Amino acid sequence: MASQNLQSVPAELSPEELEREQAGQAYFDRIISEDSRIEPRDWMPEAYRKTLLRQISQHAHSEIIGMQPEANWITRAPSLKRKAILMAKVQDEAGHGLYLYSAAETLGQSRDKMTSDLIAGRARYSSIFNYPAVSWADMGAIGWLVDGAAICNQVPLCRASYGPYGRAMVRICKEESFHQRQGFEILLELSNGTPAQKAMAQDAVNRWYAPALMMFGPPDDDSPNSKQSMAWNIKRFSNDELRSRFVGMMVEQVKVLGLTLPDKDIRFNEETKKWEHGPLDWNEFKDVLAGKGPCNAQRLERRREAHDDGAWVREAAAEYARKQAEKEYAA
Amino acid sequence: MSTPATPEANQANEPHETPWSLWEVFVRSSRGLSHVHAGSLHAPDAAMALRNARDLYTRRNEGVSIWVVPADAISSSDPDSKGSFFESPQGKDYRHATYYTKSEGVKHL
Repeated sequence: MASQNLQSVPAELSPEELEREQAGQAYFDRIISEDSRIEPRDWMPEAYRKTLLRQISQHAHSEIIGMQPEANWITRAPSLKRKAILMAKVQDEAGHGLYLYSAAETLGQSRDKMTSDLIAGRARYSSIFNYPAVSWADMGAIGWLVDGAAICNQVPLCRASYGPYGRAMVRICKEESFHQRQGFEILLELSNGTPAQKAMAQDAVNRWYAPALMMFGPPDDDSPNSKQSMAWNIKRFSNDELRSRFVGMMVEQVKVLGLTLPDKDIRFNEETKKWEHGPLDWNEFKDVLAGKGPCNAQRLERRREAHDDGAWVREAAAEYARKQAEKEYAA
Repeated sequence: MSTPATPEANQANEPHETPWSLWEVFVRSSRGLSHVHAGSLHAPDAAMALRNARDLYTRRNEGVSIWVVPADAISSSDPDSKGSFFESPQGKDYRHATYYTKSEGVKHL
């Protein structure tokens, strides 16, 4: 799936086709300028379709891969209550992945193709899930920082111009707020616990802070697709704008936790009225995206294994459905 | 997805199973309300579609009843003819109560 040259119209369009394209474009432009919604069977520019398909499927893959760092802690959760909560959360991530795969399918991509792209390593997902979750406090930091950043990013996506994407995001955002609060609570309890527990909470925050900030994507001057996405009303705010808002929220919340953020350069810029943070290591971000993160291979391997191990279940269910249909037909 | 796949990579892990069919899910959130479209899912048959719909769309008591419908059983109006298809009500304001203004101020009307 090449992404270049999407704007150009194929040369051999008949006059009727050309007219249809132009009418479609005019209709699309009007819907976008009215800030209304595009629905699956509407005409849409090929580049709009591809951009959405890339964004939504990557988002879906992120939810599915995102199950792993936390599923890793289900058996070791410190109490039955924590175990039940963590299982509910991991189940939610699976649900979010499925909502998003459904939305992506309305753009003409099959579910199986997306699954095979992911397990063959042809698809991307959020870099954040390629970091290891090494302590129980990481469950807190992931909920508070990672899900917190995700919510900050996703709330504006509820108004994305593509109907099915916006609707999926509404559902997801409702459920994410539980995730962030439960993470906050884990950190708060650890912070109010023994000195060792508090140190564990601080260590987790120290490790997840920068990767969470990088979840908003590259800085605006290095984010070539952002402008077009904003013109199409897919994105509503720039990466830096959302990152700055997130930093402002975390600065206050970390005080309640009795912890600190590992960033001495955080300040509120009185002139721009925006929160600023210290430098981020964008080379690391690019490396992790390119597959050189600490857990990339492990995450994909685990996903592939789960898919292969589930093959017999899918086969059995399909065979059962076939036999039942046969019986019904015979009766 | 932005990286072009090599032919070898295409061969490996390519789906060879028959894909499960697509179902549309409608959920009644409480008694007295209609079923409303909640989303879609894949399942091999109606029984599994219902179970999957329960797990996917009612994890937080969102419903008291679920319908699942094979997506290909749904007929829909043509989006390209939306103007003409829905033309009939245009200009027929007299179908709305607000069209009748002379009764303004009259009680219980």
